[in-house]
Amino acid sequence: MPQTPKTYPYSRPAGLDAPEPRHGVVIVGAGPVGLTMALDLAGRGVPTVLLEENDRVGAGSRAICWTRHSLEIFDRVGIADKVLAAGTPWQIGRTSFGDDEVFIEDFGRDPGDRMPPYLNLQQYHVEEFLIEAALENPLVDLRLRNKVIGADPAPDGVELTVKTPDGLYTLSADYVLACDGFRSALRTMLDLEFDGEMFEERFLVADIEMEADFPPERWFWFNPSFHDGQSAMLHRQGGNVYRLDLQLARGASAREEVKPERVIPRIEQVVGPDFELDWVSVYTFQCRRLGDFVHGRVIFLGDAAHVVAPFGARAGNGGLRDVDNLGWKLAAVLDGRAPAGLLDSYNRERVQAADENLKQALRATRFMSPRPGIETLFRDQVLALAVKAEFAQGWVNPGRLAVPCVYDSHGADDPALPQATRPGAVAPDAPQGAGWLVPALGREVTLLAINCAPPAGLQVPVIRPEVNETLRRRYLGDADRALYLIRPDQVIAARWLDADARDVSAALRALWEGRG
Amino acid sequence: MKLITTPNLDRHDAFYAELLEAHRGLSEAESQALNARLILILANHVGDLDTLREALELAAEG
Ligand SMILES: Cc1cc2nc3c(=O)[nH]c(=O)nc-3n(C[C@H](O)[C@H](O)[C@H](O)COP(=O)(O)OP(=O)(O)OC[C@H]3O[C@@H](n4cnc5c(N)ncnc54)[C@H](O)[C@@H]3O)c2cc1C
Repeated sequence: MPQTPKTYPYSRPAGLDAPEPRHGVVIVGAGPVGLTMALDLAGRGVPTVLLEENDRVGAGSRAICWTRHSLEIFDRVGIADKVLAAGTPWQIGRTSFGDDEVFIEDFGRDPGDRMPPYLNLQQYHVEEFLIEAALENPLVDLRLRNKVIGADPAPDGVELTVKTPDGLYTLSADYVLACDGFRSALRTMLDLEFDGEMFEERFLVADIEMEADFPPERWFWFNPSFHDGQSAMLHRQGGNVYRLDLQLARGASAREEVKPERVIPRIEQVVGPDFELDWVSVYTFQCRRLGDFVHGRVIFLGDAAHVVAPFGARAGNGGLRDVDNLGWKLAAVLDGRAPAGLLDSYNRERVQAADENLKQALRATRFMSPRPGIETLFRDQVLALAVKAEFAQGWVNPGRLAVPCVYDSHGADDPALPQATRPGAVAPDAPQGAGWLVPALGREVTLLAINCAPPAGLQVPVIRPEVNETLRRRYLGDADRALYLIRPDQVIAARWLDADARDVSAALRALWEGRG
Repeated sequence: MKLITTPNLDRHDAFYAELLEAHRGLSEAESQALNARLILILANHVGDLDTLREALELAAEG
């Protein structure tokens, strides 16, 4: 059964009848990023108004592949159980050249992790879960069919003009979070430009439903016989829905290619005749971002701030990490616990992450659609060698899958501890009795005191974890004890073998002042 | 400097002859492809990005 987009009710906003009191935070755009942002802030006690021009979730699967860390973020906003129940976890990627398989990647399932390495679920399901959670949350004022048509930024806030079916009204806010997608109206209203590259490359993306027992693996082809000279990908999502991506030849007309009489025969060549076509669209490769994501009191997140070429699951997951990075910082600035300068660290860290995503996406794009001439020559020879020589398999680039960026950090560190948990990295999970470490970290800054007592006199929640094989491997290595200071977004701020209260206090100050 | 730029291959005349031999009878495109494969194979053998960067720089000087 094709997706039947659920619609949600519009109700007349108060601002149409009398001026509304000034709001702390207004979020523009209820895609996955804006919705998660509202729920994250609500979890920190911050009420938001969330403005969305539509009254339904978007059509088509779009972002399908969610990383382990995104699942952890979904858990913090309360939808992970639904996502896990509806989605398809996977760990194997197979890549072929022509009709020969050239390499297999196994992302492994570590029993030390609660979440699978990757899980596929159509974006519309994720959005449904998020909208339902938002509608139930008294701190989220979700206003559908409220379109922002004007923004007047001032040094201490922003006035927005909003269009509804019942007319226009204005809203003012201390902070506006622009989560309004890759065509961001706020970007245009603030006269900001996207920098980077647009490509001619386009992929036709289709959701197809079929009773097939293909394993839940990512299948990628360069030059398959069914789609000569181009690339293709097939990947299972939630339910019986599969996602098929077919690269379009340069110069092909997108409008022609999405017509059923063109699409269906192409798909038949891959999967046979027994399928139903749910959705088809065209995705253009772009690798662009805003120079800065913070512009006074307007902060950009998700596709409004950066867009990347697909194949690596960098768009949806990158947007969620923007949310996770900003939420605790903004909440602390709003209630005076931290100086406004903390928000600059959002800009610094998420620009670094966006650049890493853009670099990876550009490399994959260059490999997938090399320019004619020498680029094509090298690409084809890598593929030719990959069939014969093991070393070249690793050079084949069907999109390197997203892993969370490790932020540049000056946090205290001890080289005796494992590299993977250095300051700037996301704290990995570990089993803890019947539960898990990551959920236990909660929404606050936490001090993890492993095999040692925390220094006395600190005002920070402490966890003294159960030390098992996973925890030892990930957090201790050969050391016998350690202290880890972990931010509310699960990022490791500093770590020591031994620290006194002064060391930890200094690290806490640096954390709240946004000094990496 | 990690790249060896002093003589390092003792039978270089033999290698040079065999390199030309490998290209004999190939079309321009086939020769290009052979060279590309050779670069990739040797790069993996060198196995050190710093050395390869120095090689790229030296080659780019033309
Ligand atoms: C065809 C297609 C295929 C894709 N495939 C993938 C993929 O395979 N993997 C991947 O990671 N990503 C993919 N993406 C990208 C992914 O969908 C986006 O990264 C993701 O939707 C970004 O979320 P967002 O919340 O930032 O923006 P959006 O989802 O675009 O949400 C923005 C919201 O803002 C609303 N809005 C816009 N302007 C206004 C306004 N003026 N006032 C009020 N509301 C406004 C919009 O209605 C929308 O609901 C794909 C996208 C498309 C279109």
